[in-house]
Amino acid sequence: MKEKEPAGREFKPLEHKMVPRHEILNEEELKKILSEYNIEKEQMPKIKEADPAAREIQAKIGDVVRIIRESPTAGKAIFYRLVIA
Amino acid sequence: MVIATPKRIKQIKFGLISPKEFRKMSVTRVITADTYDDDGFPIEMGLMDTKLGVIDPGLRCKTCGGRAGECPGHFGHIELVAPVIHVGFAKLIRKILRATCRKCGALLLEPNQKKKYLEQIKTLRKMGQPIEDIVNEVFKEARKAGTCTYCGEVQQEIKFEKPTTYIENEHKLMPTDIRSRLEKITDEDIEVIGMDPQNARPEWIVLTVLPVPPVTMRPSITLESGQRSEDDLTHKLVDIIRINQRFQENREAGAPQLIIEDLWELLQYHVTTFIDNAVSGVPPARHRSGRPLKTLSQRLKGKEGRFRGSLSGKRVNFSARTVISPDPNLRIFEVGVPLEVAKELTITMNVTPRNLDEVKEYVRRGPDNHPGANYIVRADGRRVKITESNSKELADLVELGWKVDRQIKDGDVVLFNRQPSLHRMSIMAHEIKVLPHKTFRLNPAVCPPYNADFDGDEMNLHVPQTEEARAEAKILMHVQENILSPRFGGPIIGGIHDHISGLFLLTNSKEKINKNDALELLRKSEIRELLEPAGMVDHEPYWTGKQIFSQILPGGLNLQFKAEICEQCEVCKGVDCENDAYVVIRDGILERGTIDEKAIGAFKSVILDKLIKEFNSDIACRFIDDATRLSIRGIMHSGFSFGIDDEYIPPEAQSQIDEVMTQAQDKVEKLISAYLAGELEQLPGRTLTETLEMEIMKELSKARDSTGDIAGRHLGMDNSAVIMARSGARGSMLNLTQMAACVGQQAVRGERIKRGYAGRTLSHFEKGDLGAQAHGFVRASYKSGLSPTEYFFHAIGGREGLVDTAVRTSQSGYLQRRLVNALQDLEVQFDGSVRDTRKMIIQFKYGEDGINPMNSDFSKPEAVRRIIDSVVGVKE
Repeated sequence: MKEKEPAGREFKPLEHKMVPRHEILNEEELKKILSEYNIEKEQMPKIKEADPAAREIQAKIGDVVRIIRESPTAGKAIFYRLVIA
Repeated sequence: MVIATPKRIKQIKFGLISPKEFRKMSVTRVITADTYDDDGFPIEMGLMDTKLGVIDPGLRCKTCGGRAGECPGHFGHIELVAPVIHVGFAKLIRKILRATCRKCGALLLEPNQKKKYLEQIKTLRKMGQPIEDIVNEVFKEARKAGTCTYCGEVQQEIKFEKPTTYIENEHKLMPTDIRSRLEKITDEDIEVIGMDPQNARPEWIVLTVLPVPPVTMRPSITLESGQRSEDDLTHKLVDIIRINQRFQENREAGAPQLIIEDLWELLQYHVTTFIDNAVSGVPPARHRSGRPLKTLSQRLKGKEGRFRGSLSGKRVNFSARTVISPDPNLRIFEVGVPLEVAKELTITMNVTPRNLDEVKEYVRRGPDNHPGANYIVRADGRRVKITESNSKELADLVELGWKVDRQIKDGDVVLFNRQPSLHRMSIMAHEIKVLPHKTFRLNPAVCPPYNADFDGDEMNLHVPQTEEARAEAKILMHVQENILSPRFGGPIIGGIHDHISGLFLLTNSKEKINKNDALELLRKSEIRELLEPAGMVDHEPYWTGKQIFSQILPGGLNLQFKAEICEQCEVCKGVDCENDAYVVIRDGILERGTIDEKAIGAFKSVILDKLIKEFNSDIACRFIDDATRLSIRGIMHSGFSFGIDDEYIPPEAQSQIDEVMTQAQDKVEKLISAYLAGELEQLPGRTLTETLEMEIMKELSKARDSTGDIAGRHLGMDNSAVIMARSGARGSMLNLTQMAACVGQQAVRGERIKRGYAGRTLSHFEKGDLGAQAHGFVRASYKSGLSPTEYFFHAIGGREGLVDTAVRTSQSGYLQRRLVNALQDLEVQFDGSVRDTRKMIIQFKYGEDGINPMNSDFSKPEAVRRIIDSVVGVKE
């Protein structure tokens, strides 16, 4: 077993500069996105429930996560991912 | 011809064919090894039986009644006197024999183990996952058992001798023994070893019946002498039938066991080579001439096999291939086609009221009179070859609804291609120009997209056959529409080598060009009037090179940029640049600056980029044509040559270089003695030795650079090599340094050369010598000549470069193939998202920003600036 990290110094994935912002979509937003692209949830890219960032924001299976990345060409780039097992 | 409606494939089942199935699908048993009788008629129950299909015209298939070409052929079979093993499954048999009981045939596992594995296999199957790992574990576990838990039999070690021999206890297992063992395995056990008892019983691997492929897949050919020559497969089948017969005769006559076994082995050999003639350990069956036979496996495997050669890749008609050579007088979208080729390639014209006269003229000219015609297809579909003698007659007969195969002529659109076709610009549409001689000619400005040169490269040409194909080629694939590369949003077609040197010489000199020369320079462009002369000398008007160049620039072009020769001064002086490196173009007039790679070079040209994006591709195309022609005239106007003597360095500069070198070598000696004395200061993260190596490399490369600077000071802008390097036409200052001053350190894997003898690189040096000379530093220049040891080290370094490129091309080729296969069906939708064929989203916005890189400004995100500037009216 790995040693537990000292208190107050646990690794927080979301605070790492290489990890983009993750957030769970609420019902309304999700509906809007799905109709915007005219898709079902299953057509979206996937993210594992066990993904460290997904775990951090407590995403459940079936949720859709919005990921906001910094992009050198587009400023901000938004992605959506369906949480799967 | 009736085209059957396509059917959707629901599923594909793989399995082994059972002997029963073989007999069921067979239309006849084959018993005689003979093919044709004395009259040349196929023998019944022979290998060419007409029940198996027909290949000779005139005969009808006895099975389906079809003629040659209609009948697809039918399988026959041979009843093998004794069973033989199928080589392709020999390893599977080994595994199964070792995993099952030699007496009762049970899989040597506990019942609960079997259940566990079976469940795992079933779940994996349901999920569509490979079951190989589990099956291999089953075989591994079952092999461990020493006695059978079901009948108590003690198991024996089974030795396998490639390719088809199994030995148990020094006793050879005959295929009959093996087959009876395999027959004993229960259906349940078969499932545990990952096989399907309905579709693949293990005993079916041991062949008792051999299918005889239809005649249609092994046609015999009639030679000119009238003699028949049979296909390799037929030869092999003849062998099998002969041995089969001899075997039977011997057995019936009660021949000794030894002879029977020999014949059995021979039968096994023939069946093995019939299936695969490249099994290791089996001498390949050969033709009378000594050529190995091409049997079943050989037909499928490899580059020329059925999959890669016939299904994934096909040969095409209406194409030509020959060597390419340059012709700067062609326009960039043209391709010079040899007359011989143009006479052979055709386009089909449908005869209509509007083109009737035109078509008649082509037919009248016949096949030998260039834009003529080779064939006509009459309304009833009959093809008639046009010859010198019947052309006049046919021309009068031509009527509406006929088709005429007209030879290609100037202006026809064709596709031009050079392998490897790595990006879409590797195949572009060109307009042909029929020329004498035997090579394809192309404008050197289109070399970069094809990555072509003229050291013997060959290229392919294809003639689109339908109006749709031609329209598509012209709109999407025309060279003009592909000047911008979708890779980086800049022009990929543009001036190369002498084009750049030529315009550089023209626009950088202060030379006063008289009227005669000015007109000569512009002769090939379509400019017929000169603008106001720049001034007068001796009552004669004169023009500058910049003025001449301005003539080919379209009016209304405004541009300012720094040229390639810009020295990146700390404070840019802009229009007052001493090197004339700041280019100002106002309303199509080159006011200041020098034209070089940045202005017209492929990949970099700012002018071309602007012309395409703000004017149109026609104008850009014309500009490339004019610029390349003007540059060639320009370079001929002043003359341009280069030889090793151009790298002459005056003696005082040579002595300076020598001094720098001596100093550097002293420093290296000092570093070494410091290292040996243990006084060298270690760099962080490095060992002492690594530190020394790094310091030496640094010192020597610094020395090489400073010798280069010294040489550079003595080689001015009047030197051809300097002109080429600075303007970006070819070569670099490093190349110059190596030629004139010092070649520098030779490296293998980024380190000094260390390999060779024990403790030293060559026997010319002391053991443990750490000096520069002993580890591949070349102090000499290419001009002065290398010493023997230097030469050797240089060869070592050069070899590494060659190996690197060889390895890199194969690796990047494979990587490209994998990427193309993975990405080929992805599509940008109208909403800007990228989706695959199942409409699953891959990207929500293409490339994060939704921008087509072809329309971006050299892939820089400031594309908007150009628009803002043009609206707000800020200076360009």
